[in-house]
Amino acid sequence: MRHRQAIALLALIGCFVASYLWLYKIGAIGELKCGTGGCETVQTSRWAVLFGIPVAFYGVVGYALIFAVALLGLQPRFAARPGATRVLAALATGGLLFTLYLTYVELFVIHAICRWCVASAAIITTIWAVALRGTFRRGPAA
Amino acid sequence: MKRFYLLLAAVVVAGGVWLWWASREKGAAAPAAGASPVPAAASDGFTGYTLGSDSAPIEIVEYADYQCGHCGEFAVLQFPVIKQQLIATGRVRWRLRDFPLGFPWSRLSALAAQCAGEQGKFWPMADTLFLTQSEWGRQARDPSGAFRSLAVGVGVDRDKYDACMAGTRYAGRIEASHEEGVTRGVNGTPTFFVNGSPWPDTHNISSDRFRQVVDSVIAAKKKR
Repeated sequence: MRHRQAIALLALIGCFVASYLWLYKIGAIGELKCGTGGCETVQTSRWAVLFGIPVAFYGVVGYALIFAVALLGLQPRFAARPGATRVLAALATGGLLFTLYLTYVELFVIHAICRWCVASAAIITTIWAVALRGTFRRGPAA
Repeated sequence: MKRFYLLLAAVVVAGGVWLWWASREKGAAAPAAGASPVPAAASDGFTGYTLGSDSAPIEIVEYADYQCGHCGEFAVLQFPVIKQQLIATGRVRWRLRDFPLGFPWSRLSALAAQCAGEQGKFWPMADTLFLTQSEWGRQARDPSGAFRSLAVGVGVDRDKYDACMAGTRYAGRIEASHEEGVTRGVNGTPTFFVNGSPWPDTHNISSDRFRQVVDSVIAAKKKR
């Protein structure tokens, strides 16, 4: 249960971080509080859009999905079943791989680092680690 | 469990307030040239500076921001080769359009290029701005002085340049160019159009790829 609670909380925070970047991308926020200008370099690059959709929006959807599954897994009906944690681990693995790709692009293609992207990377990595720990942990509410 | 849901609610409220606050600051972003507000778009019929022959079979339009790192990289690494292989040989006419993004000096640098252009020095100024981007682009302080030095370096008359910059003479033109880009679906820079069609390979903007695309367009024209 604790694993799912932690994941829900992290996913909610991640959802806000991704929303911040997404709102900037669609023009609802005029300036990113970044410090170095790297955020705008990254967010205005061609790699900030994938299949015509801002990359940050994939983050919003991904975190929202993880949040929803984690909350569902906390309901009494599913609390004792390991399925939710496995789904969370699978979602987090997908998110982590996508994040690794984006971090590679930032470091070696765009040559700029977006601090909010780093924050998101840290969140998804933590979610992944917690989900994995929950998956391999013995006990009914893994 | 109740404490957990209270914590979630607190995060929702804090996150919501944060995003709401960030969106309220929208008007403060994207400073215009100097300290002036962004003027209304006024194109004065200007369609961008061109490089190359008027009779070239292919026109490539580039939407760029002088402070965009990728534009700078393209201008420094790829464009000289394109200039030599495609523009100088009469196959391509290049048109540069302003598409200022939200960087602190996007509009100011575009204005500096336009003011140099007024004196026939647009391309040298554009090249110099891209080349020196890493020096002025990272500065928090106003790079107007640096732009003036660069402009004088490419041969513009300082007084005329200063008057142009002070009057933000071409700010409306820059906004019009930006609006035109938005209308055409531009959402980042650099963005290219080849004879009016969007660049076919968004992840490859190397000079080799430009040569391939130009070759294929010319070959397709000959077949017709």
